This record gives sequence, structure tokens and C-alpha cells, in this order.
Amino acid sequence: MALLDITNLSVRFRTNDGEVRAVSDVSLSVEQGETLGIVGESGSGKSQLSFAIMGLLARNGAASGSVRFDGDEILNAKPKLINRIRAEKMAMIFQDPMTSLNPYMRVADQMAEVLTLHKGMSKREAVAESVRMLDAVRIPDAKGRIRLYPHEFSGGMRQRVMIAMALLCRPKLLIADEPTTALDVTVQAQIMQLLSDLRRDFGMAMILITHDLGVVAGSCERVAVMYGGRIRETGRVGPIFAEPALPYTQGLLDAIPRVDQEDEELRAIPGQPPNMSRPPAGCAFEPRCPYRRPVCAEIDPPLEDFAPGRARACHAPLADVLARRITAELPEVDPIAAGDIPEAEAIPRAAVAGAGVAGTPSAPGKEAE
Amino acid sequence: MSTLLNVTDLRVSFPIRRPGAMPWAKPDQLRAVNGVDFTLRPGETLGVVGESGCGKSTLARALIGLVPATGKAEWIDGKDLLALSPAKMMAYRSDIQMVFQDPLASLNPRMTVGQIIAEPLTTHRPNLSRAEVKDRVKAMMEKVGLLPNQINRYPHEFSGGQCQRIGIARALIVEPRLIICDEPVSALDVSIQAQVINLLIRLQKDLGLSLIFIAHDLSVVKHISDRVMVLYLGKVMEIASSSDLYGNPQHPYTQALLSAVPVPDPTIEAGKTIVPLKGDLPSPMNPPSGCVFRTRCPRAEARCAAEVPALLGGDHGVACHFPGPLTEAEIARARRTEAA
Repeated sequence: MALLDITNLSVRFRTNDGEVRAVSDVSLSVEQGETLGIVGESGSGKSQLSFAIMGLLARNGAASGSVRFDGDEILNAKPKLINRIRAEKMAMIFQDPMTSLNPYMRVADQMAEVLTLHKGMSKREAVAESVRMLDAVRIPDAKGRIRLYPHEFSGGMRQRVMIAMALLCRPKLLIADEPTTALDVTVQAQIMQLLSDLRRDFGMAMILITHDLGVVAGSCERVAVMYGGRIRETGRVGPIFAEPALPYTQGLLDAIPRVDQEDEELRAIPGQPPNMSRPPAGCAFEPRCPYRRPVCAEIDPPLEDFAPGRARACHAPLADVLARRITAELPEVDPIAAGDIPEAEAIPRAAVAGAGVAGTPSAPGKEAE
Repeated sequence: MSTLLNVTDLRVSFPIRRPGAMPWAKPDQLRAVNGVDFTLRPGETLGVVGESGCGKSTLARALIGLVPATGKAEWIDGKDLLALSPAKMMAYRSDIQMVFQDPLASLNPRMTVGQIIAEPLTTHRPNLSRAEVKDRVKAMMEKVGLLPNQINRYPHEFSGGQCQRIGIARALIVEPRLIICDEPVSALDVSIQAQVINLLIRLQKDLGLSLIFIAHDLSVVKHISDRVMVLYLGKVMEIASSSDLYGNPQHPYTQALLSAVPVPDPTIEAGKTIVPLKGDLPSPMNPPSGCVFRTRCPRAEARCAAEVPALLGGDHGVACHFPGPLTEAEIARARRTEAA
């Protein structure tokens, strides 16, 4: 049985702007000791998915569906149950270590608090165990530095402190939400190496949430690509990077400059990500997709298996995507970037690209009606 | 070939009072930029990379006179930009413009897009009529991929990528010869980042601009730059053409930086060796003697602590006593010391 089993998880927020569908119908599972990467751009719902799993949604958010962790249903569970699972069996680390550590408490006190609360240790035992954990995340002079406050550490060291704190109770699953985004590349490499060593030593599963495909390639076994609140492609890392079966994944890989290759022109994905308070009826990627066809604007394709361990949500035939047989000629740079668009034509294109939240010019189709 | 900008021995330091020191005590100096030399040709893109705290943003701010600096920055007409009075500098401000990191924060939320883009024009070209200003703003909006009919919208109505286009339009409207971009794409999503990079490359080709492109993302810098300069603790470690620097890095620091960049290819990632760096970045208040990188260098020897290495080598400049590719034995040794 999988360690974490998510079925049809949806997250909605009530806002003044109407209901926002942050996550729709996500199903995925994580095995013991496995690393799953969740990739997506800002607003794709990847962080809200992890908050829903941890029971950390903001007050105006509501989650539905099912999340089974180690045999227990934990979605919308009673605080008593979820508090026992959080930290003891499942822990989370965040992007910005400075805002996730308490600036008023010494590292020793905030780390020991976890152990006295969850394991019933005495303060002395708890601090000794915390020092051992700081040693494990390779903080030099852990015994002396545990007396310091968070601001006295550098960014990379602070992230190590947070990892040590998350691991104190030896969790079975660690959710890492953009753990290295705020760090320099050399420090990022150290932290990712550390996470992979610790995962091996503790036999822990990990969900790594990131926008950086390079980080996923280096440290994950499986990957799920999110766009517009839904998972649209999953599979093992090797095949996905070698032969992306989803136009969006293909577009992302084409859009990133690479340090190891000679210059090719970047193929940008035109347009903007969708506004999830007004979700499109069909596939959320349709306005930006070079493989689009009429059905894409009407029906959101379901996530379907197409090979062992691989699934994708797309109407375009797989062979067309792999052979790059595009159906819609989208302007190379941006639908609204070219200077030679005649004024009359320019307005409806802006509506497609989602020029702004408020006051987007109405599409010409309306006048025709 | 002529030189647009020739910078020699640029230094910026900030006085910092030690906690608890007396108000009349002499403050310590934080040397953010510590003797930087480089040249920039017309139409060329110079990438500046380095980790946080290496002085790359301070360098940009010093060049346009936002922070006081010493040294020399000779413009193409022979004038030293750093020695000019603020009034004289005004004339050069329209030649050098800047694009900032945070697209929304660098735009005034209470001004319309048209007012934002027109502001440099009304400042630097006061004789233009209002109709002419409006025409130029509209033409510029079209050039950067914004719709001219959005001229009366406010910045919050635009996405991050579009706000960055507004920032670029504002920089271009006075027809500058040099644009300094300080992390222009690091706040943007991958798919939008590529749009803005392609736009910058296209505009540069069309208008013959020079760019100083500052970023921490080495892949982006490689893509856009003709030459690249690597900074560490306010000093130039290596400067070379983009293909030389990435294909044949000589300085141990450059090699360590490049080895740490994640590549979106699982097979390459599985087979690569990362050069580990010892410890943390030293404090710029109290930089190491000799070579500033020696405390973290896998190759440092006694000479590195005694002598400051000069930037030698002409077109491929390296500031190192022992340049050259790191051997496997050196990397293995560095890994052992890091693990210990």
C-alpha cells in the first residue's frame, strides 16, 4: 500500500472576486522512500496542494476528496489526529527559512519544543537530540551554535536548521516546498545533496515542490506537472525529460536556457497562465498551446494512462506531440509582442492573452451574438 | 573598436558603525565593490554573475550614480561619469537607463502606464509637445509587446511579465545607448522569463543597444551575454567571452559555480560531479587577505593568502595565482574536507 494516497483532491477559496479553484481533482500516490517532484509555475496550485495535505489551508479555503496517509484519512481530520501525524510522521519545510523559524526563540528552544511536545522528552534530552540532528545536517560546531537565534545564521545554514527541525521526529514523509529557491546555486547544490543523503539514511519519502526543472531532474524519481490547478502529466523522471508527452511540459523544457548547451533561440510559451477565479471551460493551456484543436476549448481532457507508469491530460494525439506536428501557428515570441498587428485585430488577441484581471476588452464574438 | 564604457578600479564602500560603538568612533567600511575593471563595447551584452552579496547590484547602482563610488567610468566621449556633478550627470542619464528586478514594485501604482513610460521623456526632452510624447509612448508600447490602447491602465492590471515590459519601455523611451538590467527576469515564471529574454535580445539587435545584464542564474546569463564577468566579494574573478567562460572556465570559483547549476536532464544530473565549496561566504566587512576566494578554494596555498592575484590574461581575464581546470584528485580532496 502506498504511504500517501490522494484521490480527487480539490481546493477552493472563497474570495471577494468569487470562488477560486486552486486545485481540481488531483489524484496521486507516494510510495515509502520515494521522491516525487511536483512542478508548476506560480498559481498552478502546487503549494495549495501541499497545504491541503498538511491541513494548513487558509481559513477561506476548503478541501474535498480524500487523502490517506499510512492508513488514516487525514483530509479535514480532527485537530487531535492531524496534530499527531504532523511532525511525527509527516513534516514540511518551506521556501523562506527566516519567516518559518521563530525569531524570538533560540534554535535550541524551538527544536527542543518539538521533542518535548511530541515525544515527551525532558528538555535536556531534547536539546541533546537536537544537537545530534544539527550534526546530521552538517552544521559545524552544532553544540555551540544551537544557542544562537535564527538571524545569526546564514541563509543556507538557516535552511539546514529547518531541515533538522523537520526531521527530529523521523517523519516518514517530508514535503519540501521550494526549499532552495531563495538560495544561491552553490548552497542549493549542498542542500539538495543533504536532502538526498538524509532521505537515504532515514528511509524517508519526499515530495519536492519546485518550479525548477533542473532541481527535479537531479533529485526526483517521479514527477507530476501541474498547470491551472490540475496534474496534467506524470511519470518517471527519465522518460518525461527525454520525451515529454504534454505540450506544456515540452514548452517548459524548450523555454529554459541551459548552461550545458550551445545557444539556441529560446522558444517562449506565448501568453499568460490562466486566471483561476475565471477558469476556462476546456483545457487551461488551450490559449497557449501550439497543438490545440477545436475540442480543447470545450472539454478539459482527463488524465489518462498511455504507457506503464505514465499519464497525461491532452486531446492532441501522442504521436503528434512527440513528432512536434503542431496544429496552431502561434506567434514566436508572444501573441501581442509583434509590432505589425493591425489595430482591429489586436484587440481580440489581447482578450485571449488575458491582458489584465479587470476590464479586459470583450471578445468580438459577443458583438456577433 | 571603440569602447562605450571603460571602468577602472571602481570601488564602493558603505560606512557601518559597529554595534555599541561611540557615535564619534570611525566607522568600519563594508567594501561592496572592491576595485572592478571592465570595458563595454557598443552593441555588446556584458553579463555579471555572482552569488548574493558579491556586489553585482551595487556595481549597477554605482554606474548610474545611485550610490557614491570612487574610481573611473569613462564614457565614449571621454567624460568620467563618476566625476560629474549631478547637473552634468543629468545629460548622461538619458544615455544610461536601468531595468529593475521586481516588476511591480518598480512602477508607481498611482500612475497610469502612459504616465510611467512618458516620465523619462518629459524629464529629458522637455520641448516635446504632449501629442508627440503620447505618440512616442504608444509606439514604444507596441515595440515591447503591449497594446497601445492599454495606455490608461494602472500597473496592478498587468501580470508580472507585462509589468517588466512596461519597465523596459520606460528605459527605452529616451533612446539610451546602455541599459543596465538588474535581475530583470528572476521574479518571473519560466514561460514568461523566456518571453522577456527574447524581447531584450530582439530590442538590442534592432536598436544597437549595449546591455549590462546582472543575474544570479548562470544559464540565463549564458544565453543573453556576449561576455561574462564573475564577481566574488566585490572583486572580478574571471571575465571572458560567454563561450570561453562556460566552455573553458579557468578560475576555481567559476568552475564551482558552473558545476552547481542544475541541468534539466536526469542522465546528466546523475553523472555530474559538483565542486564543493568550504564553509560560508566571508563577511565583506572583513575580507580575507590576498585572494578573497582562498578561504573556500580547493586549491589555495600560502601564496594566495599573501598576494592579491591580478586580473591577467587579456581577453580571458582570470584573477588567480593557479588558474586552470580542477583535477579529479583536487575535487575528491575538496569533497573529503567538506564532509569532515
